Amino acid sequence: MIHSLFVINHLGDIFLEKHWKSVISRSVCDYFFEAREKAVDPENVPPVLQTPHHYLISIYRGKLFFLSVIQTEVPPLFVIEFLHRVADTFQDYFGECSESVISDNVVIVYELLEEMLDNGFPLATESNVLKEMIRPPNILRSVVNTLTGGSNVGETLPQGQLSNIPWRRAGVKYTNNEAYFDVTEEIDAIVDKSGTTVSAEIQGVIEACVKLSGMPDLTMSFMNPRLLDDVSFHPCVRFRRWESERVLSFIPPDGNFTLMTYHISSQNLVAIPVYVKQSISFFEAGSCGRLDITIGPKQTMGKTVEDLKVTVHMPKAVLNANLTASQGNYTYDFTTKLLVWDIGKLNPQKLPNLRGSLSMQTGVPNPEENPSLNIDLKIQQLAISGLKVSRLDMYGEMYKPFKGVKYVTKAGKFQVRT
Amino acid sequence: MFGGFHAVKYIFIMFSSHRHDDLKEMLDSNKDSLKLEAMKRIVAMIARGKNASDLFPAVVKNVACKNIEVKKLVYVYLVRYAEEQQDLALLSISTFQRGLKDPNQLIRASALRVLSSIRVTIIVPIMMLAIKEAASDMSPYVRKTAAHAIPKLYSLDPEQKDQLIEVIEKLLADKTTLVAGSVVMAFEEVCPERIDLIHKNYRKLCNLLIDVEEWGQVVIINMLTRYARTQFLNPNINGGSGDKTFYGSDEDEDEDEEEKEKKPYVMDPDHRLLLRNTKPLLQSRNAAVVMAVAQLYFHLAPKAEVGVIAKALVRLLRSHSEVQYVVLQNVATMSIKRRGMFEPYLKSFYIRSTDPTQIKVLKLEVLTNLANETNISTILREFQTYIKSMDKDFVAATIQAIGRCATNISEVRDTCLNGLVQLLSNRDELVVAESVVVIKKLLQMQPEKHSDIIKHMAKLTDNIQVPMARASILWLIGEYCEHVPKIAPDVLRKMAKSFTNEEDIVKLQIINLAAKLYLTNSKQTKLLTQYVLNLAKYDQNYDIRDRARFIRQLIVPTEKSGALSKYAKKLFLALKPAPVLESPFKDRDHFQLGSLSHLLNAKAGGYQELPDWPEAAPDPSVRNVEVKESVRAVGTVTHRDTGALWGPQRMEGNSASGLESSSGSEESGSGSESEESKEASESEEEEEEEEEEQKKKKKKDLKKPRKHQRKSKPRKSESESESDEDEESESESSQSESEDSESEAEVKKKKKVQTRMTAHWSEFGNIIRVLFLSFLVEPAPSPQVTPVNTFLSNSLVTDLEGLSLSDSVLSPAVSVSYYFALKSYELLHRITGEGLSVEYCFSRQPFSPDANMVAVQMQFTNSASSDTKNLHIEDVKLQSGMRVKEFPEIELLPAGETATAVMGIDFCDSTQAANFQLCTHTRKFFVSIQPPVGELMRPVFLTENEFKKEQGQLMGMNEITEKLTLDVKCRNEHAIVQRVTTAANLSRVPCGSDKECRFAGRTVTSGSLVLVTVATKEEGAAQLTVNCEKMVIGTMLVKDILQALTQ
Repeated sequence: MIHSLFVINHLGDIFLEKHWKSVISRSVCDYFFEAREKAVDPENVPPVLQTPHHYLISIYRGKLFFLSVIQTEVPPLFVIEFLHRVADTFQDYFGECSESVISDNVVIVYELLEEMLDNGFPLATESNVLKEMIRPPNILRSVVNTLTGGSNVGETLPQGQLSNIPWRRAGVKYTNNEAYFDVTEEIDAIVDKSGTTVSAEIQGVIEACVKLSGMPDLTMSFMNPRLLDDVSFHPCVRFRRWESERVLSFIPPDGNFTLMTYHISSQNLVAIPVYVKQSISFFEAGSCGRLDITIGPKQTMGKTVEDLKVTVHMPKAVLNANLTASQGNYTYDFTTKLLVWDIGKLNPQKLPNLRGSLSMQTGVPNPEENPSLNIDLKIQQLAISGLKVSRLDMYGEMYKPFKGVKYVTKAGKFQVRT
Repeated sequence: MFGGFHAVKYIFIMFSSHRHDDLKEMLDSNKDSLKLEAMKRIVAMIARGKNASDLFPAVVKNVACKNIEVKKLVYVYLVRYAEEQQDLALLSISTFQRGLKDPNQLIRASALRVLSSIRVTIIVPIMMLAIKEAASDMSPYVRKTAAHAIPKLYSLDPEQKDQLIEVIEKLLADKTTLVAGSVVMAFEEVCPERIDLIHKNYRKLCNLLIDVEEWGQVVIINMLTRYARTQFLNPNINGGSGDKTFYGSDEDEDEDEEEKEKKPYVMDPDHRLLLRNTKPLLQSRNAAVVMAVAQLYFHLAPKAEVGVIAKALVRLLRSHSEVQYVVLQNVATMSIKRRGMFEPYLKSFYIRSTDPTQIKVLKLEVLTNLANETNISTILREFQTYIKSMDKDFVAATIQAIGRCATNISEVRDTCLNGLVQLLSNRDELVVAESVVVIKKLLQMQPEKHSDIIKHMAKLTDNIQVPMARASILWLIGEYCEHVPKIAPDVLRKMAKSFTNEEDIVKLQIINLAAKLYLTNSKQTKLLTQYVLNLAKYDQNYDIRDRARFIRQLIVPTEKSGALSKYAKKLFLALKPAPVLESPFKDRDHFQLGSLSHLLNAKAGGYQELPDWPEAAPDPSVRNVEVKESVRAVGTVTHRDTGALWGPQRMEGNSASGLESSSGSEESGSGSESEESKEASESEEEEEEEEEEQKKKKKKDLKKPRKHQRKSKPRKSESESESDEDEESESESSQSESEDSESEAEVKKKKKVQTRMTAHWSEFGNIIRVLFLSFLVEPAPSPQVTPVNTFLSNSLVTDLEGLSLSDSVLSPAVSVSYYFALKSYELLHRITGEGLSVEYCFSRQPFSPDANMVAVQMQFTNSASSDTKNLHIEDVKLQSGMRVKEFPEIELLPAGETATAVMGIDFCDSTQAANFQLCTHTRKFFVSIQPPVGELMRPVFLTENEFKKEQGQLMGMNEITEKLTLDVKCRNEHAIVQRVTTAANLSRVPCGSDKECRFAGRTVTSGSLVLVTVATKEEGAAQLTVNCEKMVIGTMLVKDILQALTQ
């Protein structure tokens, strides 16, 4: 299956390579570099490339390319998903997934890659299992290890590897037993020029941070589970219980994990928290343009909208922006043509407004297209879909855990066309 | 972390001196820390792709190093360089061979992993042997590793194929989820053509699927898709329109009859099983699993059911852009075949300006495929906004898409054309050029209507520079020169002027235009044509020269030019069929979706073709697995078996009861075959129909016990439990079809077991009481045992009281059991403990604070002259997974006094010791408690039938049999019972035969069943059988019981 892995930085240097079968020369990456050159934007490099003898499947994460080489038929998603899992594991171990961090921890990285694949087939990809075999680095342990000659490598086979619940470590112990759940919803919407919603979807995710001793068996039930008709679960969730009773029943992994993601599709009615009034126009004569944006609350369910931000990707011809914001600050980056208006809290009494003129390059025809506005926002204590967790019960352990659920709504890919 | 920093530094040094002497020195030293440091630096070199092969001799010496991290890094090094230094690599082999025999499964597994990863041909026989051995290892983890090693060996030496297939066959039969994915992977790499190996394991794989780890799931699902294509019939065989009547008809019996005459399609229950068991995996977090299920449904499911995958696939569109890329490619292919499936999700494919171009283009493809008469207006409106995008490649693709919509949907053709013509005045040349190309294609469909558009385009030649667009315009004018008789010659004039500066494709079209004009309007254009042809004659491009020569011969009549020139007009101005604008994804579905080959639209190496459905279904009985009688009795028989088994019996039941004779006779009259087919066609339907089916089954279940009652009294209890089970599990429709439904219904099962147990408690309560009394009568023969009641602590008594209150049935058993003779062990000797001596024994009581713990009772005796204070436990050192519940601190133990306390230890079903410190106010003592394996279980009460049934499920590797000769003193039943129960905390299972003693228990932590059978024969010969899922426990228990019985 997966033959080799090359990690390449944005400059095109291969700074890590790992082979699970015979060694493949790194010259195979030349085909990739060629495609990379052609694509201009790193996001546009085709994830799957064909070369005379190999196939290259790559992902782009955190300014790094993870490039895997394969020789025979394998589902591309299998490889892509695995590569993302590798990147996730690095993130989990080192706090970030960047060139410097990988270079600094190259031995642990190598040990991890060794455990994650055997002969190109995934062996252990659960972070809880991996952490038992190869302990993540921390300053204290490094110091202790250098003094005592101890190692980062576990000596026994993690219990999870053998059980039906590979995601949980055995023998977990905490003094404070706590389970926190974050329900985060992101609104993906396209609003057209006139303010009508073209499409709107909600992407929800329940992230959990569970620090409970022993083998707790949790059950989470919702006030309105009918909302959730398109869901995906962490493998720990018992699907049959969900099917029959619409409750999430699971033995949680230890630590942070994504319990569930859900999708409320464009077929449903989705509340849009803000409206945007805008006009952007470019004049034929005088090589200038006008911009006027106002934002107001629409369906906020009585909560305040925070961290409001508008990003506009201006056409190439726009040289500078001379604007005044009634609230917040704006910046215009000349090189990237990015106008960012950071508003902050939305005040319904005094609507934030940004207006002024745009100076254009002379002698260049006016741009035909109008840039679209990307909106960022955050609403605390609200899941815009109306989802609510009604209760969380724990079985299997005697102690009483602290429990908490937090809701937040954000704008995902929220776009206003002009 | 520091290792990395050092490594960077040292690499620099190394390369400046071109020596690795320092590393060699470090590796040769006898300090582990130095070795580790050296190995870390070497691995860092490997990771960076630097050559470290000259260190091989120095590294390989450390293969037997005790430090596990050094060892691991040496392994990494070996796997990387062994191929290059085969002779030296052989030095390490013996270490791995030793490792293969290690008691620690992790070491066994990693030894096998490295051994099989060393690509040295000479060790092939050793590898083969190791794989074979590991394939029957007790630890499933080692077996998994063996499965991984199979493809490695195969790639090293394909000649081993036959032997490897044997191993694969063996591992395919493995029941653990851990092994399933890996062995199917091996199967796919070594012998994907041996589909016959799957038959017997098909149902098991389907049932295990949901519990297999996600990567294994992908491989298994892909394999099963292929399998199903060879074994089952096409569910859509009845053809598109026929479906509706077919699906609608099932409620009505009469119509059903009619259908039968047309030989209706009947879905194989195994086919249904696969579809049903994969469906929940659409909810997986792993995109690869979702995609695998989606392709399975696309290729295997009846049309009416394929729809379920759309939602899941649309959900994946929120994932990483690479995932989106692959998913959209597959959606594009699917949306051509099954447009209706994705139509409700149209808006999810709308494009955002922030999407990468390759995603935009794919979304556009899907939108185009989804366009139809009803939604075309919204789609076109959407396209209008896309045309304004800044991303020009995307705009070009949008124009193409509009063109395709226009050709496919005739209603909007004019609207599209007008829109495209407007685009001709766009400022961006690329947009205009693309529009021209598309308009050209559209005009070809009905040119006569659109001469004004052609005129408009002719004017564009002055401005537009994109060669493809110019060529398109010229072709158009040439082709339809009769519609624009005045303009055409003028265009040619202009073109002749600029001929030398044009691109090749434009030149070719100029020649074409000239030729066509010459044929239709030779008066005006004769000279011009001559001029153009002359220019072309001396062109640099040989294609153009050739073309000019060819055309001149054809159109200008000379003496030499023969018959052909007569037909020149027909040749050039023949009616040309309008081009069909097709999706590039058309017909891609002959590749298995989700595969690499599909993505590339080319066969990748190792791709297994998805076979066509067979004309007639192969024999389905090959998938039948011989089920043991005991298992069958539980009601986990297959659909097919149901038909065969219950057919005649139902008749019996009917005639006996006389109830429901009308419907019953109808069913029985049509015979078991038609019954079967009806059931199957019902199962095709959605839920409602299944419910109906279940109702029927319930009826059957109701009938069953009736029949049993009539037939035979002794089977009564069995049939009762049977119907119980069926009722309990009625929500799982799979019950009837699945061979072993444990994995599916784990939760349920637990409940079931509980209810069953309580039932048996009451049923057999009396028997138990009698049994225990008989134990009590038995005197305690062993000299080491001491009666326990002397050191029963107060707290324990209260605990027990609580128990007896809570469960009145349990209480006699509990209160009885502590008259048992218990062996006590020394924890702390009087002398080392400076007067404090501690003994402990396993009290065999349920430890009330935590049922998963083994209760350990400790007796503290203070024989010193002073008081001991604050007796407590500290610093517990445990193997992972183990837990300890300490006893409450004993504040004061006066001199000469004795106290007892109970602590609980969860040994995690292993005999590893729990180490801790026993602390007094002055001293600390390191002590450890190691349990004999017999104490790791608690008794459970089973009936004889249950015992047999459970035993039937714990066969094969889970069963250990040993022959023995009984000790002279131990030849009667009582003695055997006595000794076995002393050795292990088991309870006796009532048994009809006096030649056999059976015992049952469950391990404390995992609750795995432990079944022990001692069968006696003449003259003290006996056979001991232990069945236990936990094989380690099983083997150890055999040893202990053997010892107890023979001494």
